Amino acid sequence: MNFWVIQGLNGLAFGSLLFILAAGFSLIFGLMRVANLAHGAFFMLGAYVGLSAIDNGMNFWVAILIGGLTVCVLGGVMEGLILRRLAGQPLAQVLVTLGIAFIIADGCLWLWSGDPRPLPMPSELQGVLRFGGLIFPKYRLFVVVVAVCLAGALWLLLERSRVGAMIRAGVDDMEMARVMGIRTSLLFPLVFCLGSALAGAGGVLAGPILSVYPSMDTDMLPMALVVVILGGVGSLGGAFVGALVIGFIYSYGQALVPDLAYVILFLPMVLVLTIRPTGLFGRRLV
Amino acid sequence: MATDPLVLDGLDAFYGDSHVLHDLSLRVRAGGVLGLLGRNGAGKSTCIGSIVGLVRAKAREMTLYGEPIQGLSPERISQKGVGVVPQGRRIFPSLTVHENLTVAARTPSREGWRGWSLEDAFSAFPRLEERRRQFAGSLSGGEQQMLAIGRALMTGPRLLLLDEPSEGLAPQIVAEVARVLKELSRTGLSIVLVEQNVKLAMEVADDVVILNNGRVAHAGPVESIQTDGELVEQLLGVY
Ligand SMILES: Nc1ncnc2c1ncn2[C@@H]1O[C@H](COP(=O)(O)OP(=O)(O)O)[C@@H](O)[C@H]1O
Ligand SMILES: [Mg+2]
Repeated sequence: MNFWVIQGLNGLAFGSLLFILAAGFSLIFGLMRVANLAHGAFFMLGAYVGLSAIDNGMNFWVAILIGGLTVCVLGGVMEGLILRRLAGQPLAQVLVTLGIAFIIADGCLWLWSGDPRPLPMPSELQGVLRFGGLIFPKYRLFVVVVAVCLAGALWLLLERSRVGAMIRAGVDDMEMARVMGIRTSLLFPLVFCLGSALAGAGGVLAGPILSVYPSMDTDMLPMALVVVILGGVGSLGGAFVGALVIGFIYSYGQALVPDLAYVILFLPMVLVLTIRPTGLFGRRLV
Repeated sequence: MATDPLVLDGLDAFYGDSHVLHDLSLRVRAGGVLGLLGRNGAGKSTCIGSIVGLVRAKAREMTLYGEPIQGLSPERISQKGVGVVPQGRRIFPSLTVHENLTVAARTPSREGWRGWSLEDAFSAFPRLEERRRQFAGSLSGGEQQMLAIGRALMTGPRLLLLDEPSEGLAPQIVAEVARVLKELSRTGLSIVLVEQNVKLAMEVADDVVILNNGRVAHAGPVESIQTDGELVEQLLGVY
């Protein structure tokens, strides 16, 4: 009994991290049709930057801010200087993001060396909460709360604000959005920076659970891809459900059949795509 | 005159290497309706695309109320007061009816603003108000056309371009579109109406330009085609 609850909470916490990672990826892909393969590297870079901030005496919350901002700026620069010039050439764009992922990965290895480093959690979130006979680490509960709040905030932004409607109009029909005077040239960097900032801040948030280590990027990117493909590209609700599903599967899979962890991770994706090519909640993309 | 809503002079338009419009000239008079006619593939939509900045075009003159618009982005051209009802309507299907209208809305800024507010759109097309919370993709073709017209007017255009607004619509919906166009024209809005439906064009337009193979084949007041059945037959096919 205890095993299922503990692993369930672990799954929930891991799924929450996946959502923070995948939401940005999905947002960027939905609007710009750019599969940003540097998204995992952004996540790792954020974690390392946060680690250095803490090493330099800053507290955890400032570290999240700095990790998020750094990656936000990097994402903005990448969009403005490189991706924009390659508009309409999706293959070139994807290859560029892959190249940048490698550059970031090597840069991190060079700057922070290859040893895994734990990222200390804030003192106020250390320790556990007890319900009945069960024990919940406070920090994991906190991560879940953050993900739920983020989902709510993104939903409000996308579904209930005018800027959100403009973004969705651009997703629907880019040319017509422009012809109606919607300045997609401003929306693109906005969305790209937001998605990147989420990856960077998410990396710092993940640090206390996952530690910070050199292959963090290549561990996380495939998971984000699975989440987005499972839930449906460009769908926020899909990313949320997909992240929780994958979080649970990963958590129980690791504990029960560690040798088959990848099989049970990717099998649901293959099955869903076979039955429903747009993912669970996907809308068709023109 | 420098104050003509739209002047195109010597316009050439291209898709990649393919040269589609040749030395096209036309002029929209203030408060006038210009009917732009021609067979399928004559270049009407390309002409609209060139004006709004979606199609690569070169011209000796391309001005909106005397202001050059050549080479501007579609966003800028829209902000300068060009409203579009595109061929095939192209409403935003995953936005609600309400969002389709508000996403295009602009605050009245210009002198002589004739744009619509949400209330104007709903009073012109009550059907849209009934369906305001519905996704636009679920509307019928006629409702989508009304939405496309409403959306274009929410941008507060000084010049309205409509590309085959009657295409695929039932006769009573075409009549409703015609009624709205005439009303808009009466308020002094300048309009370019692309049509295959020659009857509708003759009913609404003051002047006509007929395109053939990317060139102007005929231009004149609407009476010039009303009286010349042979010309219409030759340039527009069976009618
Ligand atoms: N996107 C495009 N790429 C290449 N050629 C095009 C494109 N759109 C239209 N054309 C060509 O340009 C010509 C004019 O087309 P169009 O302006 O759509 O005609 P109309 O609107 O009068 O039916 C046609 O020969 C058509 O094949
Ligand atoms: Mg056409």
